Amino acid sequence: MKAAAFEYLRAASCDEAVAALAGEDTAVLAGGQSLVPLLNMRLARPRLVVDINRLADLSYLRRDNGNVVIGALTRHRAAETSAMVATDLPLLAAALRYVGHVSTRNRGTVGGSLAHADPSAELPTVAVALDASIRVQGSHGVRDIAAPDFFVGPHETALAPGELLVSVSFPVVPGAVSVQELPFRGCDLVVVAAVAVEDGICAQARIAVGGAGPTPIRASAVEEALIGRPVTDAVIAAAVAEFTCDPPDSLHAPASYRREMASVLTRRAIGTAVHT
Amino acid sequence: MKVSLTVNGEEVSASCEPRRTLADFLRHDLGYTGVHVGCEHGACGSCTVSVDGATARSCCMLAVQAEGCTVTTIEGLASSGELDPLQESFREHHGLQCGFCTPGMLATAHELLRDNPDPTDSEIRAAISGNLCRCTGYQFIVDAIKGAIRPPHDGQQRDGVVEPGAAASSRRK
Repeated sequence: MKAAAFEYLRAASCDEAVAALAGEDTAVLAGGQSLVPLLNMRLARPRLVVDINRLADLSYLRRDNGNVVIGALTRHRAAETSAMVATDLPLLAAALRYVGHVSTRNRGTVGGSLAHADPSAELPTVAVALDASIRVQGSHGVRDIAAPDFFVGPHETALAPGELLVSVSFPVVPGAVSVQELPFRGCDLVVVAAVAVEDGICAQARIAVGGAGPTPIRASAVEEALIGRPVTDAVIAAAVAEFTCDPPDSLHAPASYRREMASVLTRRAIGTAVHT
Repeated sequence: MKVSLTVNGEEVSASCEPRRTLADFLRHDLGYTGVHVGCEHGACGSCTVSVDGATARSCCMLAVQAEGCTVTTIEGLASSGELDPLQESFREHHGLQCGFCTPGMLATAHELLRDNPDPTDSEIRAAISGNLCRCTGYQFIVDAIKGAIRPPHDGQQRDGVVEPGAAASSRRK
């Protein structure tokens, strides 16, 4: 199992990377934790691999006007262990602990997970829950894409040919958080929830479900059914009943099972968050 | 392409194609056969090495990405000719049978004990959850890692670093 031959460019600047990506049949190499296995298995056979690992200016975490902005090349492990992320983005910190293992998180990048757009991956699901804004750079300059518009389908994004994901901006939202997973192969489900409760009443809620459709799903109906109501078990159960999804059928897990598990995990995520 | 890097303290270089993984480069081009290549897609953990002080699956890195990096393989743990405390503990607790997963287990365990010098059993199990062993059933590996935890009165423990080649006698029995 060895990769097919490809050309390799170690980009020295964003502009150089973007110029190279404008060519035919290219792939961006960031952390490599998804791309290199795909190369090894020859599921990806790009003409040119553009390595962005030397672009140190794409690796940062900073606060900006009520948001936390994370450079695309920031390693999962750096974000996971960041005091700023722990304080301002506890949902991201909690979700990152479910991404691979320490050795994969040492290499894997925040931008890479978003651009890879695995429908059941943690980072895209958090991005959808928090309505993150994803910044991409092309020959035209930069543009910002809202997370729900960025994820188009399984492993498919709104990135145009020749564009490079350069950063993601997560709004800081109040509330306690919970991440729930059913991580069996063939039935990867993840639910992320941030719920703010004031005097027993749900003040804000951000909930998204990954792995239950072609892209992560924002559970807007569930959020609406929670906000302004007391967070009792009955209210949570009624809110979760509002969640609808059309998950895929497979040998490992029929759609009906996935749908039921998505509800179970959503109920658990909300319950865990409000009781934290 | 020519790739120059530091492996186990020694500056080395060799030429390879861009598609060469770091695992194959270390093993076949540089001769570090302690790098065990299992699944070649980041699932088994056998090829885990340390790159610039952090563990990485060397099958999920291209050799050309390691240009200028500092890599430690299993050969670097006992470079003095003596087993390091973690290796000694693996021997003592029968933490290996066939040995295929052992280099990756040791790299992972080293990083765990560096970052968390007094891990609980569940933290040890979580840490090695990305390293597959088909022989031991894991319990002996957990025992071996626990056996390498330094006692609290050992000043080096609080530094959070398990020094390769440190005296085996500082081990907790």
